[in-house]
Amino acid sequence: MIVYLVRRFGQSLLAVIAMAVLVFVGVYAIGNPVDVLISPEATQSDIAATTERLGLDKPLWQQFGIFVGNAVQGDLGTSFVYGRPALNIILERLPATLELAVVALMLSVGLGVPLGIWAGLRPESIAGRTIMGGSILGFSLPNFWQGMLLILVFAVLLGWLPAGGRGETTEFLGMQVSFLTLDGLSHLILPAINLALFKMSLIIRLTRANTREVVLQDYVKFARAKGLSGRRVVMVHILKNIMIPVITIIGLELGSMLAFAIVTETVFAWPGMGKLLIDSINLLDRPVIVAYLMLTVLIIVTINFVVDVIYSLLDPRIRLSEMRG
Amino acid sequence: MKTTKLSLLAGLLAAGAMPVLAQGLAIGLKSEATSMDPQFHQLSTNIQVHKNVFETLTMQDSVQKVGPGLASEWEAVDDTTWRFKLREGVKFHDGSDFTARDVIYSFCRVPKVENSPSAFTIYTAGVTDIIAEDDHTVVFKTEKTNPLFPAEIWSVAIVSADALGAEDDVTFGPQGTCAGLGDVPQAPAFNDPEIAVGTGPYKLESYTRGSELVLSRFSDYWDGMPDWERVIMRPITSNGPRVAALLAGDVDMIESPPIQDIPRLREAEFKIVDALSNRIIYLHMRHEEGAPSIEGTDGNNPLMDPKVREAISIAINREAIADRIMGGFAQPAGELLPPPMLGTSGRAVDAYDPDRAKELLAEAGYPDGFTMTLGTPNDRYVNDEQVAQAVAQMLARVGIVINVDASTASQFFSRRNALEFPIYMAGWGAASGEMSSPLKALVATWDQQTGMGTTNAGRYSNPEMDKVLLQAMSTIDDAERDRLLQEAGTMVLDDYGIIPLHYEQTVWAMKPGFSYEPRVDQYTMAREVKPAD
Repeated sequence: MIVYLVRRFGQSLLAVIAMAVLVFVGVYAIGNPVDVLISPEATQSDIAATTERLGLDKPLWQQFGIFVGNAVQGDLGTSFVYGRPALNIILERLPATLELAVVALMLSVGLGVPLGIWAGLRPESIAGRTIMGGSILGFSLPNFWQGMLLILVFAVLLGWLPAGGRGETTEFLGMQVSFLTLDGLSHLILPAINLALFKMSLIIRLTRANTREVVLQDYVKFARAKGLSGRRVVMVHILKNIMIPVITIIGLELGSMLAFAIVTETVFAWPGMGKLLIDSINLLDRPVIVAYLMLTVLIIVTINFVVDVIYSLLDPRIRLSEMRG
Repeated sequence: MKTTKLSLLAGLLAAGAMPVLAQGLAIGLKSEATSMDPQFHQLSTNIQVHKNVFETLTMQDSVQKVGPGLASEWEAVDDTTWRFKLREGVKFHDGSDFTARDVIYSFCRVPKVENSPSAFTIYTAGVTDIIAEDDHTVVFKTEKTNPLFPAEIWSVAIVSADALGAEDDVTFGPQGTCAGLGDVPQAPAFNDPEIAVGTGPYKLESYTRGSELVLSRFSDYWDGMPDWERVIMRPITSNGPRVAALLAGDVDMIESPPIQDIPRLREAEFKIVDALSNRIIYLHMRHEEGAPSIEGTDGNNPLMDPKVREAISIAINREAIADRIMGGFAQPAGELLPPPMLGTSGRAVDAYDPDRAKELLAEAGYPDGFTMTLGTPNDRYVNDEQVAQAVAQMLARVGIVINVDASTASQFFSRRNALEFPIYMAGWGAASGEMSSPLKALVATWDQQTGMGTTNAGRYSNPEMDKVLLQAMSTIDDAERDRLLQEAGTMVLDDYGIIPLHYEQTVWAMKPGFSYEPRVDQYTMAREVKPAD
């Protein structure tokens, strides 16, 4: 077990280092930040002074060395645009994204699993077909287009919900959240649905496929034969057995929702991390871009690591085979 | 099932969705201020927000005419000395009085601001001394003769010396050697309304990065009661969602609605306000041998021939571009700043004449034309890439084959500054509101020492013009400077050193009944929005 953990940890570390190099070189290639940041009225000597102050006059390897040196001490650089530590700026935005991702996840699980089971139990029924048809739409319609359509219908035509922004926030566990006020909640609904639709479709399809498989298993037949109520069969025997892969997916998708809610955040002007990334890319705020991507890598690598560990705990076969291999 | 559930939920929440703001104004901005410190980042996005809270000694009105602000009057004592009379009875948001000490402190703080992406020192570096003759008289001494001084200090916001913890005695020293400043608060401190104290019509109430900025009325404002009880400014960076926010009633007014959405907004009975801006969209060409990306000329640079440049200019149908691509929200340009701003000569727009253009090309030795790359940003100016494509098609008709190389602004500016394009399209907004601004930046000979020609990435050089321009830039008398600038501008345009295309028009959309006096500098300022009667 220890060997397995150490090996997995080593792999994660390697992934982080490789990403650091890729991200840094990639960001370096997309243009000179000073050209974007500085006022057009500035003179050549102002430009030279700013370039020097930001350390952009040094060769790439030297800049990377400084970055790595600071990064291992927990300093991911100072934002060019805001003049404050990049990590602080990103973490400031984390609660908004976290809230959005959690609500979206709850929506996609809360609706996705029951709908998936329904479709799995009655695959040929009209309801089953409709659900599957709907999930294809959820998959294939582009995210930003769904978002615009939601705004058009619910904000512009019907006027029920606001078109964007975060609304009123209150403090909850030391974070600013919007789900505790009516105004905040009304701002949260549309972006959460937008972010949830794709995941929901994924969960519906996964649940349906699993349900169809499980329904044919002997123990389900046996439970039925024993005369258990249909409800008990579904809630206990089927649900429990289909949840393992669903939970795996949920873990992974939470990571990607946190990191890549960019489209939704942009369409709904939601002040989260994704929108910060887009703004930073437009302004070539290198420290923020690099810090954001590194944080993202860390989140995803960590979640993967944890999921793998949990897997090995749940399924002894993985543990054994890894130990041998 | 899903929809019924949703509509129920939505119906329940409808009441909470639209906060009714008594006397409130909500504005959707296309970009967000990076800081609440008015001396941190010289960026129009920041400036337009700060101008509601902080004021300056002079003010520029909607056509950039310089007028009194916190200074009621001023005079040029000699070529390098200015005496400003400060307005009496002006209060800061915290109730303290505005005096000469605040002025000195504000100018002293500029070089002390750390980590500024684009510092305001370009406006204060030339000041060699500031003396307070009494509490309401300040004398500035400048290093060189600078007729633009009153216009330039419109950019130096006056902050409160008391709120920022200055000592009782603040004395000026050049290049950041002031005394008595105390511990100078840095930009992040300005998120706190106790620090962000100005004299403007609105007080900072709260600033949530990425989300909204809330201002409230300052009832003791010296120039009458401000119109709005509360002003909310929300950054909505994508065009579609910004328009949607207006349509949905989330905001009362937005800046820069996309041109293609304007007919729809009009249909929905929103009010559209537009005005000519000080931003010129131009083509700049490389005026040196060895220009890259030109083919079919045996290695020569045809753009060094004025005939070729003239041919390019008259091959472009500016009317068509303004009408069809800019939807009428642009005006064909004959010079670098729209008349009647200072230094403009009223020069006619180059007439569209493709036949003559072909003749000129033949005379210059290029009867079959040539091929070159036109660089353009695709997300910086209104419909920029489409305009560049149209220019390319028009030039193709006279035999010049253009490959349009469009890239995102951050890439484009880096590549342009690295001289990667033989010809490029870009824009310039004259911050000072007079012709010296575009001439100095775009066509003066590039010189690292003197800071001339900073954005002259075509490396155009006309020593005669440089001379006239330098003379103009040290002439205090407005009429004489006007004449010299006209002369300099005409010299460049007669030489086709740069090709003006059009002046952008800035557009705002708002709820019916609201009014806004549009500004040439493209700023969206809450103080200029008037409520429905």
